[in-house]
Amino acid sequence: MNATAASILRFLARPVVSQLAFVILAMLLWEVAARHSTDELFTSPPSAVFAAAGDLFDDKGVMRAVVTTLWELGLSFLLAVVFGLAVGVGVGASGMTYRSLYPIILLAYAIPQITILPLFVLYFGPGPASKVAFGFSHGIFPIIVNVVAGLRTVPTGLLRSAYSMGATKQQVFRRITFPHLVPSFFTGMRLGMTATLLGVLLSELYVSSGGIGYYTELYTESFEPHNLFALTGMLALMAVFLNEVVRRAEIRHSRWR
Amino acid sequence: MNQTTTSRLIQAGFVAAVLLTWVLVTSTGLINPIFLPNPVDVMEELGQMIADGSLWADLTITLFELVLAYTAAVVSGTLIGFAVSTTRWSTRVFEPLFAAFFAIPIIVFYPLTVLYFGLGPESKIVHGGMFGFFPIALNTITGFATVDRRLLLLAASMGASPKQRFVRILFPAALPIMITGYRMGFILTFLSIIGSESIASLAGLGHRIVWYAEALETPKMFAYIVIVVLLATLLNTIVAALELRRRGA
Repeated sequence: MNATAASILRFLARPVVSQLAFVILAMLLWEVAARHSTDELFTSPPSAVFAAAGDLFDDKGVMRAVVTTLWELGLSFLLAVVFGLAVGVGVGASGMTYRSLYPIILLAYAIPQITILPLFVLYFGPGPASKVAFGFSHGIFPIIVNVVAGLRTVPTGLLRSAYSMGATKQQVFRRITFPHLVPSFFTGMRLGMTATLLGVLLSELYVSSGGIGYYTELYTESFEPHNLFALTGMLALMAVFLNEVVRRAEIRHSRWR
Repeated sequence: MNQTTTSRLIQAGFVAAVLLTWVLVTSTGLINPIFLPNPVDVMEELGQMIADGSLWADLTITLFELVLAYTAAVVSGTLIGFAVSTTRWSTRVFEPLFAAFFAIPIIVFYPLTVLYFGLGPESKIVHGGMFGFFPIALNTITGFATVDRRLLLLAASMGASPKQRFVRILFPAALPIMITGYRMGFILTFLSIIGSESIASLAGLGHRIVWYAEALETPKMFAYIVIVVLLATLLNTIVAALELRRRGA
């Protein structure tokens, strides 16, 4: 084997290159399989999906649905962060509140929320309000749990030595408790974002009057797989992007540890 | 009175207060019974469902879907995860791919699953299996990939055969992490099956909850919610106990 061939092989063996190659290979297989052997009512080749994605961007109704879903997500995440932080600080504030209230939080967290999804629709209607409420109910728990964990895992040695050296309560909070809280708060926000996204999408798919769920149902029932694939792909990309944003934020704010 | 007793009392008081409020607001007619049924009615419906046997059909279907989906997730997740973990290269290529996929809420693929597999149990099994696959595969990869290489080298230098190395070192070292994956996978499979039954289905516990919600028969709906919550608690306890026992062994 000559030097060029060896260096090409080494280039191909790099993880990122192999990952790309693997994805491209899967796309090619999918294209070939979809073109030759399967029913076009069910499977679309990637080329048709990409073409459909372009059309979806021009479709005003779909774009409005995407925007609706995004603001439902944004609002429920914001509410989950604000209330999650408040409840978390309240519960984690002292040993007493922690021992008394934390098990109640965990009990509520353990209930599979999907079972009460129809209740949310009953109370809040089929519009955006039920999605915001359901997303909020998913997002708040990981945030509470992580805020509490952040407050309760401050090393007692640090606290004791600070107090023994005459630090005031305010100083202890600013210099010790707060820096310990920040990384777990961001971890909570990352997990909360994943959960909120799941909650909003679940309720969108369950019943929807003008969000993304309306269109996924439309495309499934009218057998338009290229549109369904394109919309699913858009949602998946959106999820990956949002995850990446909160993950970056988490890494940045946990760096001091 | 010591601190633990005080916290227990506060917790018991909280639960009692919630139940009492529930009874009060429903029996005084403060809240429309369509929105929140009386707990006594719910209990009656629950007894009725068990007595006349109408519960079992849906329970059986949900459990059947759960068993098949989870078995598929365990077998495929373990085999593929192990295969990926065998070389450093495949670990570095596929582990991030799986992790990226796991970051997507797999529920977005459910309409596609329904398109292919219909409204029956098949789509729930496939969907539940997909949900369960990723944590199991990822933890299997992590489990095998993080075994201390020096142990393997040591065993090899003392003449252990590949089979002995697998049975005595690789597998026992990877098992605790894998078990965490199995537990996560189980919970996700169960929840996704109930979820997919709620979204689009013909039968099953999730289907029944939605069915009675849409018929505004909230006492029956609450009875099914109670069943699912109890089932989830029971299954979780069993899985957690199994996990603890494996850890302890």
